[in-house]
Amino acid sequence: MNPVRRIEGRSAALRLENLDTDQIMPKQFLRGIDKQGLSQGLFHDLRFDGEGRERPGFVLNQPAYAGVSVLIGGNNFGCGSSREHAVWGLQQAGIRAVVAPGFGEIFYSNAMGNGLLLVTLPEAEVRRLMDEADAVPGNTVEIDVETLTLRSAGGVEARFEMLPRHQRMLLEGLDAIGLSMTYRDRIEAFAAAHWAAQPWLKDVARASGGGR
Amino acid sequence: MTITNTVIGTIRASDAADAADAKDIIDSPVATPDPKSSNAPPRTLYRKLVDGHTVATLDAQNVLLFCDLHLMNEYTSPQAFTGLREQGRGVPMPGQQVAVVSHIIPTHAVPSALRVIADPPSALQASNLKANCDRHGIRLFDTTDALQGIEHVVAPEHGMIRPGMVVICGDSHTTTYGALGALGFGIGTTEVEHVLATQTLVYRVARDMRIRVDGPLPAGTTAKDLVLAIIGRIGAQGARGYVVEFCGTTIDALSVEARFTLCNMAVEAGARGALIAPDATAINYVLARSPDLAGEWREPALARWRTLRSDPGARFDAEHRFDAADIGPQVTWGTSPDQVAPIDGHAPDPARMAVGPARDSAERALRYTRLEAGAALAGTPIQHVFIGSCTNGRIEDLRAAAAVLRGRRVAPGVRAMVVPGSGAVRAMAEAEGLDRVFLDAGFEWRQPGCSMCLAMNDDVLADGIRCASTTNRNFEGRQGRGAITHLMSPAMAAAAAVTGRLTDVRRLPPVLGEESPR
Repeated sequence: MNPVRRIEGRSAALRLENLDTDQIMPKQFLRGIDKQGLSQGLFHDLRFDGEGRERPGFVLNQPAYAGVSVLIGGNNFGCGSSREHAVWGLQQAGIRAVVAPGFGEIFYSNAMGNGLLLVTLPEAEVRRLMDEADAVPGNTVEIDVETLTLRSAGGVEARFEMLPRHQRMLLEGLDAIGLSMTYRDRIEAFAAAHWAAQPWLKDVARASGGGR
Repeated sequence: MTITNTVIGTIRASDAADAADAKDIIDSPVATPDPKSSNAPPRTLYRKLVDGHTVATLDAQNVLLFCDLHLMNEYTSPQAFTGLREQGRGVPMPGQQVAVVSHIIPTHAVPSALRVIADPPSALQASNLKANCDRHGIRLFDTTDALQGIEHVVAPEHGMIRPGMVVICGDSHTTTYGALGALGFGIGTTEVEHVLATQTLVYRVARDMRIRVDGPLPAGTTAKDLVLAIIGRIGAQGARGYVVEFCGTTIDALSVEARFTLCNMAVEAGARGALIAPDATAINYVLARSPDLAGEWREPALARWRTLRSDPGARFDAEHRFDAADIGPQVTWGTSPDQVAPIDGHAPDPARMAVGPARDSAERALRYTRLEAGAALAGTPIQHVFIGSCTNGRIEDLRAAAAVLRGRRVAPGVRAMVVPGSGAVRAMAEAEGLDRVFLDAGFEWRQPGCSMCLAMNDDVLADGIRCASTTNRNFEGRQGRGAITHLMSPAMAAAAAVTGRLTDVRRLPPVLGEESPR
């Protein structure tokens, strides 16, 4: 994963509460065995009508918002299905950060695992950022992961919080699996003790007949 | 509905990165008290499960959590296996993994052995899953397996879910397993790769919420109605950042399958997990499906499972109380599971709501669901009925629907289908003659899978079709672009099928020649 230290980009407002991952990446784009081609599916039913025509009212279809890399979203952004395709699709479409009052939990973990920066700010500041992005198309937003600060061209200045582990993952572009594998001996010792105390949990996937 | 609601401490819409929240969590670091120490503070069931699976404490918020069982499906795992291959990593503990072809499989009524996936990309996902399982020695319920089904229905049927386990899956409805006192939660594909390679996850410890429900559920009211009412009350974000423990006399009286329904949908309130302390009901369910626990392991297992409850005095960060007597059959009117009302209620009138995001959401939802502001919900015409899913695709769900359908017919112009949750559920239903009840009523009796819950296979609704559905999400486009989903219980879906309208199952006219409709 590439380190993420500072993001500066143009922004667009998506004024939708509970924008679920089904809407971010609809089911018909989940049929691959790789991560390719997902920008096609991003916000598909919001971007296109039933005949495949662009909906001119949707902000990301408007020329003034071409190339935005920061989305300003409503509360509970990314709730619902666990599909990580939603994060991959946002990144493939050039989105590097999402700012919202709150995020779905699995979506949040997925984003951190891929270096998509999520910034949680109070409703009032998010609303100001939305208003700015609507008033001045592509209003520029700067986010610094080192100092955990956000400032916009329109004048919003905010500090945000992030768990130190997530901050470090972004700044260092950590390979979480590689890091956890350094605990291999402890994991094996844990498993041995765990199964000695609860032998009915070892190979529990093979507990009964059926399947293979 | 007057549901009492007590809040202890501060509840706020919480999130890992919520500014105030992050501070709270830092202020209360992960405690791993020595359980042998007599003055150890009382712990919740959730904390006991986390402590019992902590390989290492990584920092003030995160632990390295050991996972007892990892379930996989065909669409959220492929990229994880690719990642392993690219890094030259293996799967050190294959006996703790299981895979099921569940989401993309067609459900046409052909014999199991003859099931084929015609769609080339979906067929590739299934064959790719088989290749990955073969390579790593992982048990698979494949396309033509007579026991194939929805992952969350299959795993408990085979005794793979036991009290005290940590169970994860690349699917948000993994919260289901709380019904058996196992901590289950959904993960993304990067985490699927992590658990395959290490059998652990980097896990941020959640906060504790308790939801107590007391009293008998009124007639015609089920666990589905209960969970919809709870989500409606606390909201789609109401349990975000929490693991919810359900308790109270209502919960004690629920069957294990009803508890699956309840815990399954806790994620629709944003919960990171759901738990019910395992009692005799749960333990008997597990023992009946676990031949390996009949011998010498039985007593030590029972002794261990008796400790799986919150200690007296254990502190919960938030608490809600509900009175079951106040709950009746529910139906959703919007595009989020918390947009729900009793069947004898109405869609909201946004003009009468305070200006703000909730009003905007209600306006947008009513536009999508094509309901008039303030309209009565009962009587709304429907064109489709779907009975199935990991929420309501088990044998008790099919029995409840069949009880309504016996002696009745699906209304003209309505297409109705039953998709059993698994091959085992299907076989059991056939042994009881339920397939005849559904077929005689005019339902389609299909093969198992996730099917129209998320419409990733060929079971997709057309634009504008209104569906009475026993599934878990009424999101825009979930069952097909422009299709409208009303979530409800199996009995309510059956009632909608016979009248062709959203219908209060308690008011269905009796079948001629029978004393009582149910």
